[in-house]
Amino acid sequence: MTDAATETTSGTATGQTAGAVPILETHGLTMRFGGVVAVDDVDFSMAEGELRCLIGPNGAGKSTFFKCLTHQYKASAGRVRFRGTDITGSHTYQIARRGIGIKTQVPSVFDGLSVHENIWVAARRHHGRREANRIVDEILERLRLEGHARRVVGQLAHGERQRVELGTVLTGEPELILLDEPTAGMTHEEVNQTTDLIREINRTTSLIVVEHDMQFIKAIAERVTVFHQGAILIEDTMANLEKNQQVRDIYLGKQHAA
Amino acid sequence: MTVLGVNLRNWETWGTILVGIAMVVLLFAGPHIFDLFLLFKVTLFVAMAILALSMGFIWGYGGILCFGQSAFYGLGAYTYAIAVGNIGESTAPFLLAIVVPGAFAALLGYFVFYGRLSDVYLAVVTLAVTLILYNFMRSTAGEEYVIGAQRLMGFNGISSIQPINWPGDGSAWLLPDEIFHLAMFCLIACYFGLKLLNRSHFGRVAVAIRENELRAELLGYDVRLHKLQTFTIGGAMAGLAGCLGVNFNSFVNPDVFALNFAAEIIMWTLIGGLGTLVGPMIGCIGLLMLKFEIGQQQITNTYLIFGGIIMLFVLLVPAGLLPTARQLGERYLPMLRADGAGDGRGREAAQ
Repeated sequence: MTDAATETTSGTATGQTAGAVPILETHGLTMRFGGVVAVDDVDFSMAEGELRCLIGPNGAGKSTFFKCLTHQYKASAGRVRFRGTDITGSHTYQIARRGIGIKTQVPSVFDGLSVHENIWVAARRHHGRREANRIVDEILERLRLEGHARRVVGQLAHGERQRVELGTVLTGEPELILLDEPTAGMTHEEVNQTTDLIREINRTTSLIVVEHDMQFIKAIAERVTVFHQGAILIEDTMANLEKNQQVRDIYLGKQHAA
Repeated sequence: MTVLGVNLRNWETWGTILVGIAMVVLLFAGPHIFDLFLLFKVTLFVAMAILALSMGFIWGYGGILCFGQSAFYGLGAYTYAIAVGNIGESTAPFLLAIVVPGAFAALLGYFVFYGRLSDVYLAVVTLAVTLILYNFMRSTAGEEYVIGAQRLMGFNGISSIQPINWPGDGSAWLLPDEIFHLAMFCLIACYFGLKLLNRSHFGRVAVAIRENELRAELLGYDVRLHKLQTFTIGGAMAGLAGCLGVNFNSFVNPDVFALNFAAEIIMWTLIGGLGTLVGPMIGCIGLLMLKFEIGQQQITNTYLIFGGIIMLFVLLVPAGLLPTARQLGERYLPMLRADGAGDGRGREAAQ
């Protein structure tokens, strides 16, 4: 067992982590674009059942990190292990089948299809026709999208599109979900609903959440990883991070000044 | 209001039923209402309509813009001509004319999709392959270009191709009205086959991939394989069209691989309406009739007129005939308004 793993298990207890293989680990994960190093030698580890937040200023490499995990980008160096299995070279669709779901920063949905069809296409990959229909209804209700079922997704508001995308991800019951700015473009009320939803999802699923909204992070976070210039700056609880001068300088300080 | 999973309040259901009835009526009535000359022409139209369907499927539903769909038509035509020239009995040649273009599409698609070429390159590569075939077939006039007993005949083309016969009896050639029946039957089978396919899991994923490849992959679908399958189905169907097409006048020459023809198929689809199956057929038959009419006079060039038409459509009716008619219908005839978003219609609605 690596140091990183013991570190996370000794962190804020989620009750499900004792001695288990980390659900996700990266070793020396690096992504270079020409001379720019977007993700720089990242050793990341999280335990099963954890809800981890990633924060960091714009351009810190959070979204690129997600894209490397899901093989949308082929990492320049380093390994990714999911539940102990090396998935570094796997295709995007294979990683999805292994049980990693992702909600991208800009909602990635089937714009020309209806809400129902979006979620049906996602559900049908895992289930037979009848079961898929049942799951679609269940997801629509869970995400409060029943009223929009027949509407074309491209015509929906940003927050609704986010929920549709989350719905497509949830149908597969992934074991790990990556959420890239889930509250972007949402109203205050929608943010509160999303907070509840994420807590609910976390009862069965591990989550990594990238966010800028500090109130939201305080509401959901147990352990927070701070990215800075492509590398992990520090990992701690939100309360400790708020006291950390270095973090305040590079991130929170700017937020307060802004 | 659904019967057997079919939504009866949906205009699309009624459209499909109407098209089906019209095609079955034509199947039986055709030989009685057309004289022989016209029957030949209509048989060619039917073959071309199958080609239009294949294009409407891979482009309108699969989102694959293949600029060389005519290559598979031509391969089907040549495969039939060469095989029947060697074998003499048409059952195997008929099947080969579907399998060979399908296999060629699979091979070409493998390089294009597994090589992750973008849409523009796909169009360029397929067009280039078509033109390579054009130049190659034009240069096969020499006696050394022979497959079995059948010479390829270069730019003169292969003539006096033996027509399709009743299975098992190489001398029982189909009469013109029987060939028409066969072509019409194939068209109906292709149309309803694609309708069923589009309603299936496979068809819906194809549309989803058209809408957003990345999301499809993130949900665990192998986009490369799926597009390859779509492309192969389209290629095989175009090959079938080619096989029926040579039976119209027992003749095929390298012009089936020419740029004009390749572009015409794109025009049929654009004018008829992308994202529908009937649209490309309407565009196909409309433009072919126009081409025959223009061909009978000497005042102006066919492609000059076609160029004008395509510009008018791109500017004034960008969605194509059928989707535009549907939009107008839904606006002025509220009872037609679909309560379920259909397979191909979302694209227009989103714009």
